[in-house]
Amino acid sequence: MNVLIDNSDLFLTGFKNTGILFVISAFFALILGTIVAGMRVSPAPAMRAAGTFYVNFVRNTPLTLILAFFALGYPKLGLPNISFMTAAIIGLSLYTATYVSEAIRSGINTVSVGQSEAARAIGLPFMQTLSLIVLPQAFRSVVPPLFSVFIALLKNTTVAAGFSVFEAGSIRAYLSERGEPLLPGLLWVALIFVVLVLGILTPLQRYLEKKWRVAR
Amino acid sequence: MTNPAHAPALVELKAVNKHYGPLHVLQEINLQVAKGEVLVVIGPSGSGKSTLCRTINRLETIDNGSITIDGKELPKEGKQLANLRADVGMVFQSFNLFAHKTILENVTLGPIKVKGMSKSDADKLAMGLLERVGVGHQAAKLPAQLSGGQQQRVAIARALAMKPKVMLFDEPTSALDPEMINEVLDVMVELAKEGMTMVVVTHEMGFARKAADRVIFMADGQIVEEATPQEFFTNPQTPRAKDFLSKILTN
Repeated sequence: MNVLIDNSDLFLTGFKNTGILFVISAFFALILGTIVAGMRVSPAPAMRAAGTFYVNFVRNTPLTLILAFFALGYPKLGLPNISFMTAAIIGLSLYTATYVSEAIRSGINTVSVGQSEAARAIGLPFMQTLSLIVLPQAFRSVVPPLFSVFIALLKNTTVAAGFSVFEAGSIRAYLSERGEPLLPGLLWVALIFVVLVLGILTPLQRYLEKKWRVAR
Repeated sequence: MTNPAHAPALVELKAVNKHYGPLHVLQEINLQVAKGEVLVVIGPSGSGKSTLCRTINRLETIDNGSITIDGKELPKEGKQLANLRADVGMVFQSFNLFAHKTILENVTLGPIKVKGMSKSDADKLAMGLLERVGVGHQAAKLPAQLSGGQQQRVAIARALAMKPKVMLFDEPTSALDPEMINEVLDVMVELAKEGMTMVVVTHEMGFARKAADRVIFMADGQIVEEATPQEFFTNPQTPRAKDFLSKILTN
C-alpha cells in the first residue's frame, strides 16, 4: 500500500495518460474501423482493395514497429511536429482500427442479405443502406468482440511507454529510479488495470449488450 | 391485355441473358408489361422466375440484353439506379422488414430518406397505408412481434409508400403459414383492382385467376408459355406446363 500512497503522483499521472491514450485512440479506432469495414463491403472494387490492403498491412505489423515509426521515423519526414503523445495516439488508432474493422465486418456478415436488398429496393444508395440499415444491426452482434478489441487496446497503451510517453507502463521505471521495491509497484499497476477492465469496460459491455438486444 | 404497339411498355425486357457460372438461368428473355397490367410468373423451382423478377430492379445484374422501365434503360449503378429503384416496389418472399425499426419507421424510412418528405407527412402517409393493409394498430411494434402475414402486409405498405410505378412480388406467400396466405393475397387483389402494374411470381392459382391479366410459364430459363389465366390453367399447350400443373393441382 505504501508504494501506491508514497508515489501517488506517479500513479495518478501515469493512469491519467493511459486514460487519455485509451479514450482518444478508441474513439478514432472506432470511427476509422467502421469506415474501413464499410470500404471492405463496398460495391466499388477500388474501395474494397484499399480497405483490404490497409487491414492486412497494418494488422500484420507489430504495434511496437508502428509506434516506433510515428515516434522516431515520422519526425524525420519534415512534416509538422507532433508530440510523443499524439504520435502514440495516431499509432494506436491506426493499429486498433484494423481489428475494429474486422469485428464490424463479421457483424455485417451476420445481417441477412435481405435487409440490404430491401433497403436498396426502396431506393437507398449504398452509403445509406450501410449506415441506416446494416451497421446499426451489425453493431449489436459485435459488442463482445469489439470490447475484446478495446480491452486489448487498453493494455496495448503500455507499449507507448517505450516511446517517451509517460503512462501506466512507465510507472515501473520511475519507481525503480526512486528506489522503491519493484514487485509491489508492478502488482499495483496490474491491479489497477484489472479494476479498469472489470469496473468500467465490462459493465459498459453488459449494458450495451442489454440495451441493443433485439428480437429477430 | 397485351400492350398496343404504339404505347411503350412500362417494363420491357429485350433479349436478356444471365448465367450463374455454367447455368444459363435466363435465356433470351423478351417480355413486356403494360401499364396497369398484372402479370403472373409461374414455373417450377430453378426455372429462373425469381431471378427474372429480381433483374427488373437490378437486384440481379444481367449479362446482356436490355431492361427498360417507363422507356428508360436500367442504370448500371449509383444514384440513378437508386432513384429508379424508388419507382419499383419490391416485396420479398422473406418479408425483409428492417428488424431494428418499428413498423411505422419501416414504412416512413423511404419517403423521408429517399424522397425528402417531412416526418409528419411521412407518418401520415404511412399510417394511411398501414390502415389500408390492416395493421395500423401495430405501428409501434417491431417486425419480429408480428405474424408472417402481418409482416408481409407491412412490406407491401413499405413498397407502396414510395408510390411506385410498378410492384414486383417475389413469391410473396411462399414463406407463410396457409392460414395467412389469404390476408396477403386479398391486399394484392385489391391493389390489382386499383390499377397497379404488378409482376407477381407465385404459385397461387387463386390469385392468378382472380387478378392476373396474363400468365407466363417459365422452365429452364425460358418463357415456355404465355396466356390468359383461364387459357393457361384449363388448356396448357406444352408438356412442361401440363406436367407442372398436374403436380401443383393435386396438392
